[in-house]
Amino acid sequence: MLGPYAAFIVGAYAAAVLVVGALIGWVVLDHRLQRRTLQELEARGIARRSERTGSHEQRQR
Amino acid sequence: MAVIELANPSRFLALSGRLLPWLAAATALAFAIGLGQAYSAPDDYQQGATVKIMFIHVPSAWLAMMAWAIMSIAALGTLVWRHPLADVAAKSAAPIGAAFTFLCLVTGSLWGRPMWGTYWVWDARLTSVLVLFLMYLGVIALHRAVEDPGRAGRAAAVLTLVGAINLPIIKFSVDWWNTLHQGASVLRLDGPTLHSTILIPLLNMALAFLLLFVTLHVAAMRNEILRRRVRTLRMMQAQSAPGR
Repeated sequence: MLGPYAAFIVGAYAAAVLVVGALIGWVVLDHRLQRRTLQELEARGIARRSERTGSHEQRQR
Repeated sequence: MAVIELANPSRFLALSGRLLPWLAAATALAFAIGLGQAYSAPDDYQQGATVKIMFIHVPSAWLAMMAWAIMSIAALGTLVWRHPLADVAAKSAAPIGAAFTFLCLVTGSLWGRPMWGTYWVWDARLTSVLVLFLMYLGVIALHRAVEDPGRAGRAAAVLTLVGAINLPIIKFSVDWWNTLHQGASVLRLDGPTLHSTILIPLLNMALAFLLLFVTLHVAAMRNEILRRRVRTLRMMQAQSAPGR
């Protein structure tokens, strides 16, 4: 069906799958890493000023 | 709600978190339709089935240039208004743009071999796209080389704006020089020269790629915001460490 140049066509689509898959993998794994690191730091009681102020305001309410 | 409030990083995180699943679903649907149409599209009378490579090569090329254009607009936001999200947007777009430029070069090579008899030729279109890829790598390297995100962002913004001169060179290279690469056949003043049986699948694949780019870019921007929060917390932790 793809004719004599099937290897080139399949190769091009395989490259697209690899590149897009790598991008999706990078975004998903990076998100997990940043989320986990942020949670670890917050669990140690380290919070940004804005968050401390926010929680202080919430307590006042 | 003012636009400037929407551009607040915390608000962006909240809104994009709700938007992202819908964007991902729309991307998957667009690819299902686009790939189905690409599979059933007729062969070209000259190029045969290799025309199917066009359905990924051309959208990749468009995105490669669009990502740099977005980075250039964001660079203005960084340098003129110093908006934190502008720098986040520019930095997050660079690896995605580089990936699509790489895909454009690879698929172009795989299309060129059966049609031109060679994987590569140093003509103006191919060379200017290779220069774009190298510039993407330069911007990524610059962001990694400078530790302070603010300084890195401003330096990368200048490089991005200088590099934007390459966009019209890529677009018009096939008109300005005698190239092996064919001239424009979709984005032309007198309209596309492609038959609708090829043009419609191509436009649908372009829409799918565009949605993929938006989804990945929004997700990468969220990650970059979180990365900067982690950096801030680590600096606070270091400052409050005993012995300081």
